[in-house]
Amino acid sequence: MEVKIEDSVLVREYISGDEKALSILINRHNQRISSFIYSKVLDRDITEDIFQDTFIKVINTLKKGSYSEEGKFLPWVMRIAHNLIIDHFRKNKRMPMFEGSDDFNIFSVIGDDKLNAEKQIIKNQIDSDLRELVDELPEDQREVLLMRIYKDMSFKEISENTGVSINTALGRMRYALINLRKIIDKHNIVLTN
Amino acid sequence: MEEIYAKKNETCELIKAQPETVQFLLNYSKSMHIVDYDGLKFENNKN
Repeated sequence: MEVKIEDSVLVREYISGDEKALSILINRHNQRISSFIYSKVLDRDITEDIFQDTFIKVINTLKKGSYSEEGKFLPWVMRIAHNLIIDHFRKNKRMPMFEGSDDFNIFSVIGDDKLNAEKQIIKNQIDSDLRELVDELPEDQREVLLMRIYKDMSFKEISENTGVSINTALGRMRYALINLRKIIDKHNIVLTN
Repeated sequence: MEEIYAKKNETCELIKAQPETVQFLLNYSKSMHIVDYDGLKFENNKN
């Protein structure tokens, strides 16, 4: 007949250096503690993590000789597990985890709309190339285009500033764009991002 | 006939930690040593 060694005896043996005693203790209470944790967190992986952290605390406390609840090993371990479960829920409340699914990716909503470094460099290059092309335009067209695009002025404001009618300003803008396209085509310039 | 809306009790699921987790703990225990220095206790992991 197999004699069941009391927890308190195993704890004493473990503290005095018998590593096998810990193996018996863990295996003896594995199901009870794991099921207790699982009943609260309802996740197998989290259960494994909390089970592991619980026994790491148990090992550290026993090895340090700080354990003083002889005869109450299981309730003590359960209390450690219980505290770690509370820690787990507190941590998750502070930092709720959101998992996207296959048909919904969270980054499509919270994505950063800034250009990455490479695209920013390309954009800067295009902006500076375009500025040089604008300088090639006849003075009257260049003036209207700069006011409209770079200074964001309305055609009414442009007409007031240049002393020409709105229609003339509109016409100059139109020709400015046509001529820009001609220059781009003529020199086979590629402006893309 | 009256419908019973009582919530069905969830059956308690009995599970066990994986043997790998248990083995990890046993290895951790073997490698763990407490160094007592000047009344202070330091954890020392010989890994």
